[in-house]
Amino acid sequence: MTAPGVEKVVIVGAGPAGIRAAERLVQAGVRPIVIDEGIKAGGQIYRRPPPGFARSPEQLYGSEARKAVALHTVFDRMLAAGQIDYHPQSSVLTIAGSFLQALTPAGRKDFTYDRLILATGAMDRLAPVPGWQAPGVYSLGAAQIALKAQGVALGSRIVLAGSGPLLTLVAIQLLKAGAQIAAVLDTSSIRDQAAGLPGMLARPSLVLRGLPMRARLGRLYHAGVTLDRIETDERGPVGLCWRDARGRAHVTECDMVGLGWHLRAETQLAGLAGCTFDYDESWSQWLPRTDRMGRAAAGLYLAGDGLRILGADGAEVAGRLAATACLADMDLPSPHATSDLRRLGRYERFARAMARAFPWPGDIVRAVPDDTIVCRCEGVTAGQLRESVVYGGGEANRVKSLARVGMGRCQGRYCQLAAAELIAGTACIKVCDTGRLREQAPVRPLPIGLWVRDT
Amino acid sequence: MTSELQPAALGGRIVRLAEKGRPQVRFRLDGLDCQALAGDTVLTAVLVCASAVRQSEFGREKRSGFCLMGACQDCWIWQEDGSRLRACSTLVAAGMQLRTVPPEIWP
Repeated sequence: MTAPGVEKVVIVGAGPAGIRAAERLVQAGVRPIVIDEGIKAGGQIYRRPPPGFARSPEQLYGSEARKAVALHTVFDRMLAAGQIDYHPQSSVLTIAGSFLQALTPAGRKDFTYDRLILATGAMDRLAPVPGWQAPGVYSLGAAQIALKAQGVALGSRIVLAGSGPLLTLVAIQLLKAGAQIAAVLDTSSIRDQAAGLPGMLARPSLVLRGLPMRARLGRLYHAGVTLDRIETDERGPVGLCWRDARGRAHVTECDMVGLGWHLRAETQLAGLAGCTFDYDESWSQWLPRTDRMGRAAAGLYLAGDGLRILGADGAEVAGRLAATACLADMDLPSPHATSDLRRLGRYERFARAMARAFPWPGDIVRAVPDDTIVCRCEGVTAGQLRESVVYGGGEANRVKSLARVGMGRCQGRYCQLAAAELIAGTACIKVCDTGRLREQAPVRPLPIGLWVRDT
Repeated sequence: MTSELQPAALGGRIVRLAEKGRPQVRFRLDGLDCQALAGDTVLTAVLVCASAVRQSEFGREKRSGFCLMGACQDCWIWQEDGSRLRACSTLVAAGMQLRTVPPEIWP
């Protein structure tokens, strides 16, 4: 039990940021409640397979094995010592005031808190490609999770397309595991990548790790491509039609396509908790506004990729900083943050350079044909979206009401940013002026029977 | 009925690359016996022997999951008792009775 007089702190998310935040609180004598959707703590990048799997950390996490093991060990130790109140496989669905509700394996559970640290991470950022609604098209992250947590490939002949660090990494991991990769298609040009390189030297070791990976892909890798469409039959993809940097048309046969353009912050809970958002031009998405420590509002702290897309190392630092701010605000002794703040600044310079090297393909999205599905959940097309803008104006929440883009089960997670481009293009306004989709509780679908209380 | 169960090599979508020696788990899909491995998610278990988990409610295409991290809600699958579960974040259990189409008891 938390000692009397000590405030109740809830951490949502047990990835790198959530674990380091918990660790810092525990070091100061606070026993946080940790709520996480995973079966085991670790988050996505350091996700652990379910019980019964036996690959070594080196096989699972490669060069990052040491970091993964360190995080898992810290968490498991705190759990064994009873220093945290841990709720795995639990989704926080709504937040209001100092109260949140979660869906746990045992049903609905309500929590109250004095301070809240959100470390909700990120997901793949997706752009619509004609045909991407077919079964057998997955996110790049999905391809990585399937390999890491299940030891499987999601197809027998794979094309990976999009841009960002995950594109090359997932390709290498799949090849190493014995999967068949037909092509790795990067929409960012060699010129974009060269423009990002100077800033990426803020973390030279990562550049030195990434370049040989790219080299190892050899002729599978193509930069500066345009993705025309995914050819499908009723089972799924049969080929990907694309044009190379010189404009020559190609068709690559495949039965699985993995798509992703870097990451998109998971911000639904931050929005419900009252964060303010700004459209960030370099990351091309809405991100929560905080101070350097991660303070978003009184008693509300953010850390990790749900705040800034800095990757796992940055998330660990941000988690420590958010907890440090939380401790300071509770008038508890907290360590100096100077060196962590400096480290965070360096990671951010690197991450912004990455975003420049592997840009969001806004212009390509604006040009998709009218019959392209934008909303995978409900099959809403680019044409229907454009029509709703002409009819109702260029505001995202209005477009959601009229065309249902963002209304489906994923609640806009995979269509919001593409929709913003299409709205901006149709209404001839800037993306930042299209408005951010208002989040709605519950942030995940829930069985209504569990929420109806017997009276 | 839209189910089209076939031997894994023909009907499945997923290829096992590692850790194939785990204990077997038996479950039923659309009334037919299927085998998975302990530790498989429902999504893995189903897509080893079938190409999809469900017909899309909004389009002609079928659904077979998309993000595998509980964010997209693409992989909901029916159970014989009329309930549904999210296939990517649920581990398969012996005796599960899964369906790619709603059960007859569903109105």
